[in-house]
Amino acid sequence: MHSDSSDIRKSVRKYFMIGAVLYAFTVITVAANQVQLALPFAVTVALIIAVSKGSMVASVFMHLSHEKRWVYGALLLTVAFFLVLMAVPIFTTMDTIGTPIVREAPAGGGHEGH
Amino acid sequence: MNIPYTVEARPDTGLSNGKLGIWLFLASEVMLFGALFSTYIILRTGSTTWPHGELSVWLGMANTFILIGSSVTMVMAWASLKLNDWGKHRLYLILTFVLAGIFLVNKYFEYADHFARGETPAHNTFLAIYYTLTGLHGLHILGGMIVMAYLIGPGAGLWKRNPGQFTNRIEFTGLYWHFVDLVWIFLFPVLYLL
Amino acid sequence: MAFPKLNATSYWSYFVGGVVMLVSFFVPGGAANSGWTSYPPLAVIAPGQTMWLVGMIFLITSSLLGSINFIVTTVQLRAKGLTWMRLPFFVWAQFVTSFLLLLAFPPLEAAGVLQLMDRIAGTSFFMPSGLVVSGQPLQISGQGNPLLWQHLFWFLAHPEVYVLILPGMGIVSEIIANNTRKPLWGYRTLVYSIVFLGFMSFIVWAHHMFMTGMGTTMSAFFQTTTMIISIPSVIILTALLLSLWGASIRFSTPMLFALAFLPMFAIGGLTGLPLGLAPPDIHLHDTYYVIGHFHYVVAPGTIFALFAGLYYWFPKATGRRMNDLLGKIHFWGSFVCINIVFMPMFIQGLGGMNRRMYDGGMQFAHNAQLTKWNVVISMAAWALGLFQIPFIFNFFWSIKRGTAVDRNPWDATTLEWAAPSPPGHGNFLTEPVVYRGPYEYSVPGAAKDFSPQFEGERA
Repeated sequence: MHSDSSDIRKSVRKYFMIGAVLYAFTVITVAANQVQLALPFAVTVALIIAVSKGSMVASVFMHLSHEKRWVYGALLLTVAFFLVLMAVPIFTTMDTIGTPIVREAPAGGGHEGH
Repeated sequence: MNIPYTVEARPDTGLSNGKLGIWLFLASEVMLFGALFSTYIILRTGSTTWPHGELSVWLGMANTFILIGSSVTMVMAWASLKLNDWGKHRLYLILTFVLAGIFLVNKYFEYADHFARGETPAHNTFLAIYYTLTGLHGLHILGGMIVMAYLIGPGAGLWKRNPGQFTNRIEFTGLYWHFVDLVWIFLFPVLYLL
Repeated sequence: MAFPKLNATSYWSYFVGGVVMLVSFFVPGGAANSGWTSYPPLAVIAPGQTMWLVGMIFLITSSLLGSINFIVTTVQLRAKGLTWMRLPFFVWAQFVTSFLLLLAFPPLEAAGVLQLMDRIAGTSFFMPSGLVVSGQPLQISGQGNPLLWQHLFWFLAHPEVYVLILPGMGIVSEIIANNTRKPLWGYRTLVYSIVFLGFMSFIVWAHHMFMTGMGTTMSAFFQTTTMIISIPSVIILTALLLSLWGASIRFSTPMLFALAFLPMFAIGGLTGLPLGLAPPDIHLHDTYYVIGHFHYVVAPGTIFALFAGLYYWFPKATGRRMNDLLGKIHFWGSFVCINIVFMPMFIQGLGGMNRRMYDGGMQFAHNAQLTKWNVVISMAAWALGLFQIPFIFNFFWSIKRGTAVDRNPWDATTLEWAAPSPPGHGNFLTEPVVYRGPYEYSVPGAAKDFSPQFEGERA
């Protein structure tokens, strides 16, 4: 994989470039936040940016683009179960059979701990 | 009795033991932080009010820059070893350690500021999940710093005795560190921006 | 193992976790008393749960470290010639179990931390608004969700029950192959089934939550996945049963326990089906029927498999056999008593008797005809306890005084029997090489009725 020293030097340039791109994306995500979007859109935009940044870290810094099948397989399995953990509890909590309880906002924040 | 494939890769899997081990560990960490993100989703969708603007975006952004920078220096610490440049490796590894420390110092001031205003975990569920997510993440940063301190200090002798194994250890530490950075890349927008 | 120091860390973490749990009986406020399920709000306001949670964090860490070790060792350190399809089924079972532990435990670790924060830091992750305890409104920020705990808990706890049964299935498979003197029926089928089972175990968890006000869509989803997951279990059990066909069965003590596992696990598994369907679960949830169901899979299921394994591998670990007569007394006594303990619970549950009642159900009129079973169950439980005494005595006595054995007293085929009994450091005297599959018993034309994996080409 990276046994050749010229290969590594090329990668070094790549690491710094990706670092710069990550900085740029960070500025973008903060700037995007200044635009007042409805929550679903804001979440979508934020996640797209975050997933892009994350993919760069994973594929370049963590060398995931050159990794072996066992690692891919374990990670794919993990991503599948991660998505289940994100989606299914909230679907289950939102799909109820009862009448929804309307909660008043807590008075004064209730900030005395016990 | 020598355990095979600690340094060189096993031919059919193409992996060394430690490489597979650290990726499996990271897989479990994905599920750990996943549970906390799932908690965030359920608590936020189930609440009538959700605070916005209580956290300092600038401090969060600064910390994001610091952590991304430390990811670059961490991978450079490994690359320097592959290029046989011990001096550069030391520089980058120590720089990573220092950047991690600065991140934690920033976090300390951030927490202290909130506590001074009575914004404790018990104050509301947003703060509860904020402290838990960033606190657990901070503990992971601390853990990474301890490992780096070992590899800068007493563990550095392995480079002379078994350079392949030492390079592997730096690589695995790097993988862990990039994961910690990855978690922050999601934490920052979710907690500070949305 | 691939990581010896990690192995030790895993053990000592488990040890500390166990000590913390036991010590919790002696702390002010007493031990945990909110069930192993630790449901909030009770678990947050009741005394004693803090130590339980701390203990859990140590135990979960231990499992995580151990599972990484098992997976890497299985992938990377197989002996020469030991291909995936030559692995003993027990190794496959442990391998799948390790993935379940690796990916399912972390959410419970997170949940444990969250509940600890609710108890110690006054957060309200799981505490809804408006709670009143002993007439006083609770001073918390509220807006938490008790169901959140249930989701995070059961996300682990369902795979956890497969963690409990899979190694047992593996152990029973090894012992059946060895004591029938023939290969297991359907090795490939067993392997695919157990991998599929492991995968499915992650998406059935809310069948423990049918009574939480779940809507019909998600209920249908979980009922479907639960029904699907019963299929690989049945396939595995059927394959093991078919392995007995035409066999020359050796009724050794381990084999008695392994054979008993089959119908006992069948009862446990079949009684799970009405629980996995929402309509019958309305009547059966939180009744003694549930207790009967899961004890059948875990007690005459897993624990019998563990006894089988103890009797089977005792000679390898110590170089001596356990006493056979005492083993048979242990088996028959346990087998009869354990059924008398748990079978009546189905009757009680179907009659509507709730679980976790401090007075054994006496306060409810509909339990009037059912409480008499409590007496029968208690007597059988005492007898069951007494029948463990021959085992405990046998175990310790045989370490010093059991009949000495050589390295392969059961005439078995798998790799561990190549090592000396007991094995020294490094286990094997020379690095083993594997020449064939794990269950080459009664091979036509062979000189002996077993051809070990580790013996080279001989007649």
